[in-house]
Amino acid sequence: MRNFIRAYPTEARLIAVIAVIMLFLSFAAPSFLTLANLTALLNNNAVNVIWAVGLLVVLIAGGIDISFAVAASVVQYIAAHIFMSIGGGNWLIGFLVAGGLGILVGFLNASLIHFFRIITIVVTIANYNALFGLLMFVTSGRSIYDLPDWWTTPVPLIERQSADGTWYGLYLPVAIMALAILATWFLINRTTTGRQLYAFGDNPEGARRAGINIGRMQFIAFGWTGLMAGIGGLMQVNIVREVVPNALMGRELDVLAAAVLGGARLGGGRGSVLGCFLGVMLVAITQNGLNLMGVSPFAFKMVVGLIILAAISTSNFKWGGASRKAPTEAK
Amino acid sequence: MSTAAQPETVPALRLAHISKIFGGVKALNDVSFELGRGEVHCLAGENGCGKSTLIKIITGVYTPEPGAEMDYFGQRLTSVTPNQARALGIAVIWQDLALFSEMTVAENIAFDTLAGGRPRLVNYQKIHTMARAALARLGVTLDLDARLNTLPISQRQIVAIARALVSEARIIFMDEPTASLTQAETDRLLDVVRTLSAAGVAVVFVSHRLAEVLEIASRVTVLRDGKLVGVYDTEGMTQSRLTELMTGKTFDKVVSAQDRSADPPVLEVSHLSRAGDYHDINLVIRAGEVVGLTGLIGAGRTELGHTLFGMTRPDSGTIKLNGQPLALRSNRDAIAAGIGYVSEDRLALGLIQPQSIADNMVMAVLARISGSDGLISTRMKTDTVNHGISSLAIKLGQPADAVSTLSGGNQQRVVLAKWLATQPRLLILDSPTVGVDVGARDGIYKIVRRLAGQGLAILMISDEVSEVYFNTDRILRMAGGRIVAEIDPRRISLEQLEEAVYA
Repeated sequence: MRNFIRAYPTEARLIAVIAVIMLFLSFAAPSFLTLANLTALLNNNAVNVIWAVGLLVVLIAGGIDISFAVAASVVQYIAAHIFMSIGGGNWLIGFLVAGGLGILVGFLNASLIHFFRIITIVVTIANYNALFGLLMFVTSGRSIYDLPDWWTTPVPLIERQSADGTWYGLYLPVAIMALAILATWFLINRTTTGRQLYAFGDNPEGARRAGINIGRMQFIAFGWTGLMAGIGGLMQVNIVREVVPNALMGRELDVLAAAVLGGARLGGGRGSVLGCFLGVMLVAITQNGLNLMGVSPFAFKMVVGLIILAAISTSNFKWGGASRKAPTEAK
Repeated sequence: MSTAAQPETVPALRLAHISKIFGGVKALNDVSFELGRGEVHCLAGENGCGKSTLIKIITGVYTPEPGAEMDYFGQRLTSVTPNQARALGIAVIWQDLALFSEMTVAENIAFDTLAGGRPRLVNYQKIHTMARAALARLGVTLDLDARLNTLPISQRQIVAIARALVSEARIIFMDEPTASLTQAETDRLLDVVRTLSAAGVAVVFVSHRLAEVLEIASRVTVLRDGKLVGVYDTEGMTQSRLTELMTGKTFDKVVSAQDRSADPPVLEVSHLSRAGDYHDINLVIRAGEVVGLTGLIGAGRTELGHTLFGMTRPDSGTIKLNGQPLALRSNRDAIAAGIGYVSEDRLALGLIQPQSIADNMVMAVLARISGSDGLISTRMKTDTVNHGISSLAIKLGQPADAVSTLSGGNQQRVVLAKWLATQPRLLILDSPTVGVDVGARDGIYKIVRRLAGQGLAILMISDEVSEVYFNTDRILRMAGGRIVAEIDPRRISLEQLEEAVYA
């Protein structure tokens, strides 16, 4: 326990904060601590978690990706057309197509970054605009509702009927979220490639001198983010049962904030999958609680923003000793 | 490669006829170099003498001009790439260490098992075993699971050495390994180097600190202007002789202290205390006086300097400047009151490296060179910059060049020029010659003396005892946060002073 707090201070703090909020909500909003509500929380935030762990890999490698949510929209569109042209498809084809297309978009980012030596934020902001503009231009902003049945039918993992007759349960996106968490954890903690990503994000020059292939790092990091973007996009359609070109706009900033909230460092070398999950969940639980307490939805964003600010600003603050520290100790 | 059959007399490394030309300039000119097995050898010379070029040739970063001979344990090497050099057992510990601050001690030490193109599973148990074994060879224990950035710089140095050992290094180059270490940490590092040497690992030491060079190395190879000056036994070698060999000039080191007790006081500090940093400090610095403040790192020297510069607040006590009590709320107040502070960390704190020389020089006087419209006056800026360049004889290409293009000595002059532009009455110099060549140090000391001659009060903080001994009027020795002695350099020998500080 003490070791966990020492090794993962951000995660431990998030768990404590989430526990306090949940405790409060369990009294303030009776319907909060019900299986129906908690399962809905997981179902509704699975896609954000999938994206967050994907983004985490780029953050660890010292980059940033603004384009993944738009990339997910593009993947949804192209995938929808591919499925229709091959007469429907199935889940296996779905994962291969969505994941493959996502990786391609990631590789596009990586090539621009590596071969033209452009910094990641510039490349991904440019691609965000270019891809979104292209998508709106080609589709004229039209949504697609005519989608294969396998894609839009909920796949329950477990389903129960509560006393008042409503159904609740966990659905496919939650399982995929769990897989994404596990796979990303395995990649970044258990493979040499993952440790190289940390090293590269931490000290690029040191990594280069140690013989690490820098180009490979960029392609793996952005490829992984792209893969998760595509799979997240696939899951999003399974939940909302439609493809809307601008539906995912703005989600990239929510996910980025959640990942940073979870301890990922802008600048590289630090971050964990647990932190990503907790970061997404902290925001989700707060919003859910406000909703159940009958707070105006217009206030949600403000409260969420304040929570992010409070969490980030207290994470660097050393209680008690801050003003007494000599400035040079930062080096 | 098997070396078992070879006689022990075959040197670990033998180089001959090494030349390297960059764009018509001979960075190295027919240099030879020999390193015995398990020898601790020093490579000495001023910046630009070719030391780093030589290291880069040995480690395969550069290819020497044709005609070069390189024998590694008796075996002729035709061409070397960095990866081959590493595989052969040639390791370099660069000054910046090239470690990974967010990763654990164990991962940093055994990083070579994590590198490589083919993805594998990480075997943390093996990493721990390797790291523990490497540290054991050095006779050191560290928390293997601690993140590197929680360690002090001296222990990171140990991690870097352990990392070289893991890769089966037989020759380790250390580039300025003690630049940021305290004396006690340096001593521990030198012990580690002796341990390595006893185990048959040859160590090539590159350092500006001649005292430790003479202490640790058995031989020293001196380079000057890309040419070999000679190879010398350190037995019987003195610091001043070595300085002469490195610079080709002679420096007469004499105590320059003078009695200034008749001059008016500029800085008067009485009963100044700050919990955890220093306690009951009383000191006076007079106009034209250079006062040295020495002691081990952790004695409270730099902490006291920070308070005098308004960056931290004392718990009690008073500071007077020219008789006026000062209540400094920040270093902006200190600058306005006429206090300048040359930081010990020139790279990170003293200068904005990518910015131009001119911009760095006017950094502290932007308000003064602005017109009534609040915009910077180009004329006043140019005047300030030109005055700084000429009065401190800074060697540069263009004032618009990035300050990072200058040598350490000239960078330090830019820092001095920046503070002189504020027209200070008190100048605090914290370790003013860290990373400055021996030859260029003399220039800095001359400037300090000249500024004092103009009536400036100067506090020179340094843990290099000889620096304060030869270049100040009075020395205050700190230990455990207190000033424990006031010393007149004219009444004590350097050896006695060193003993008092390091004892």
